[in-house]
Amino acid sequence: MDYLDKLEAHSIYILREAYREFKNLAMLWSIGKDSTVLLWLAKKAFFGHVPFPLVHIDTAYKIPEMIEYRNKLSIEWKINLIVGQNKTALQNKQTFPDGAVDRLACCKLLKTEALRNTLSGEWKRFKLDHYTGQFIEDENREQYTGVIVGVRADEEGSRSKERYFSPRDKNNDWDVGDQPPELWNQFKTDFAPGTHVRIHPLLDWTELNIWEYLDRENIPIIPLYFDRGNGKRYRSLGCYPCTKPVESNAKNVKEIILELKSGKFANIAERAGREQDKEGGGTLEELRRDGYM
Amino acid sequence: MKERMNIVIVGHVDHGKSTLVGRLLADTNSLPQGKLEQVKRTCETNSKPFEYAFLLDALVDEQAQGITIDTARIFFKSPKREYIIIDAPGHIEFLKNMISGAARAEAAILLIDAHEGIAENSKRHAYMLSMLDIKQVIVAVNKMDLVNYDEAIFDGIKKDYTEFLNEIDIKPIAFVPLAARQGINIIAGSNTIQWYNGPSILELIDTFRKEKEDNQNNFRMFVQGIYKFTEDGDDRRIIAGTVNSGALNVGDEVIFLPSEKTSTVKSIEIYGKDSPLRAGSEEAIGITLSTQVYVKHSELLCRTDEPQPHTTDRFKANIFWMGRKSLQHDKRYKLKIGTKKVDLFLENIESVLDASHLEKSNGRKEIQRHEVAHCVFRTASPVSFDLIEEVKTTSRFVIVDGYDIAGGGIIVEALEHAYNVNIEKASPDLSAFELELKDLIVKYFPHWDINI
Ligand SMILES: Nc1nc2c(ncn2[C@@H]2O[C@H](COP(=O)(O)OP(=O)(O)O)[C@@H](O)[C@H]2O)c(=O)[nH]1
Repeated sequence: MDYLDKLEAHSIYILREAYREFKNLAMLWSIGKDSTVLLWLAKKAFFGHVPFPLVHIDTAYKIPEMIEYRNKLSIEWKINLIVGQNKTALQNKQTFPDGAVDRLACCKLLKTEALRNTLSGEWKRFKLDHYTGQFIEDENREQYTGVIVGVRADEEGSRSKERYFSPRDKNNDWDVGDQPPELWNQFKTDFAPGTHVRIHPLLDWTELNIWEYLDRENIPIIPLYFDRGNGKRYRSLGCYPCTKPVESNAKNVKEIILELKSGKFANIAERAGREQDKEGGGTLEELRRDGYM
Repeated sequence: MKERMNIVIVGHVDHGKSTLVGRLLADTNSLPQGKLEQVKRTCETNSKPFEYAFLLDALVDEQAQGITIDTARIFFKSPKREYIIIDAPGHIEFLKNMISGAARAEAAILLIDAHEGIAENSKRHAYMLSMLDIKQVIVAVNKMDLVNYDEAIFDGIKKDYTEFLNEIDIKPIAFVPLAARQGINIIAGSNTIQWYNGPSILELIDTFRKEKEDNQNNFRMFVQGIYKFTEDGDDRRIIAGTVNSGALNVGDEVIFLPSEKTSTVKSIEIYGKDSPLRAGSEEAIGITLSTQVYVKHSELLCRTDEPQPHTTDRFKANIFWMGRKSLQHDKRYKLKIGTKKVDLFLENIESVLDASHLEKSNGRKEIQRHEVAHCVFRTASPVSFDLIEEVKTTSRFVIVDGYDIAGGGIIVEALEHAYNVNIEKASPDLSAFELELKDLIVKYFPHWDINI
């Protein structure tokens, strides 16, 4: 087995453990390359099926192409797509930069708050109807107790400390100092009522591994990652006011791999285009403790 | 494609682990652009001296306290291969984190401060490595600058520590003198230490060998799930799992344990690929069988033409305890071995070991946090497993107390079912008849998945 085989096998193991141990299991879907790999791994783990819902937190500021792609792929791959949103914050214009709050507050409201309340079932969830292509209110309001998330340890400092199975308390808080032991493929699968567990099958993957795997498996990926003629591409996807494309001429997966290995991005952090990471030390860390992915 | 290896750095708090990792990152150009300058600038602004360790201490918490709380995974590259370095905390408070980090590693660096010498955790951590079966070890003697690069001090540590390591069955690959802060012996050899002509620490790390998959051993696979997804007319009933050891072929006769159901492998399934005829260790696979058998996820799948694992409800194990509450008699725990979960009771504590002095104490009634012990356990129903010297991955287990993993261990001996051991004490609500009935149900109707 080469190292991609090993990464793949380990991620599949984690997904299957999660599927067996958690009755109310969901996968967070950010539409980006990591989520795409995660989705592919789920299909591999369950022999072509995706036996749990994919939850997307729609901030209403996502690059429109992401939403189109999301809906199209969901129908094609028969995915149970659940969407959550902070409608109140959007109505009250508590947004950035066109509203009344700063960048960080916007993130907290549109992502963290929306995520917390969608996972717990306190807010309405919307479900894609595969026949009509419309969203309908989901009757299921049960709390998701296992939530699969595609974070990688190489993304930034706090993510490097994650466990594969990471407990969150009632407020979605993450206690970094007191994490459960995790050894020999034995994970934390028991949890107190009201708490939930985040599951991280991609923890050991690097950005480069993700692209190598997309290439090897020939996995379809949203074209925003490629230069489509204007010398720009996205390296990481998010909300359009806060995510900037990078200058690059990489037009396909192979060219991205080359660029990451030896080109100008070889030593520049992936989230360099994400503004929320920059505002003072520990901002993303702070967001993450509150339950941000 | 380059290979990837997980290594862990352990040692007593303040002996310089994070500094070493920071140095390795900086000196191999594995840092994101601008990171080094950024951290140096932050230090200047706050007028505190720059430390290589700050490169790692990304967490707000840690910077405030100045110690590594949890293990961090750090990616770095040598010309030979890619590494994930696991920087494990040295403080005793965080032993569970150190163990979580080390359990993922294939090789280890034990770091000792030359000035301070062998400390309690230098020994305790080494003992944990030995229990976790990490055999490839380099000892780095750091802060040589504080002892004027004195060869005699290095030799003294080497002699004493080698003696200790040999007692716990670790044969270190090498000892290397370092000054991590000064960057001496990190990437290349140095003239500062005239008497040492050996390789640098990076060169030594590159000599660690990658362990091969365990394909020669007996075939074992803990079943993770039995899937039947009917969508799109899929009528396959697939038994899924990751191969623990050995190899399986289409056509092999297989047995599920402990239920003893048998069948023959009809196909090996991997999504998106043609069905292979053979699967080996560590592969995540599914199989279909030529006959319908009803088994539970959590059974151990084996080949009938190979030696069988042990199936019993009593065994001896070496364990380490990480729970806040001590490990006690008369209490119901949960054993997790592979994908199997079953109620567990402590039957006897044979000895408790002080891991830093290797002193045994007998006649103990309970096992405290951070202790290592040799115990007899009993499970509520039979479990199938191997011994540590037979198949590693089917002999390792964890113990769950309440909601938390509180202990880990390896099975060293299988014991007979003991009819005279009275488990009613632990489960007073079950009569002898109920216990017998339960055993029969577990044996013949495992798919009922009863849990009493
Ligand atoms: N003199 C000297 N000090 C060192 C050396 N390596 C690390 N240190 C210092 O030892 C202290 C503890 O180092 P750190 O890496 O945080 O230790 P850790 O707790 O093992 O991670 C820091 O102040 C370092 O600057 C060395 O080679 N020589």
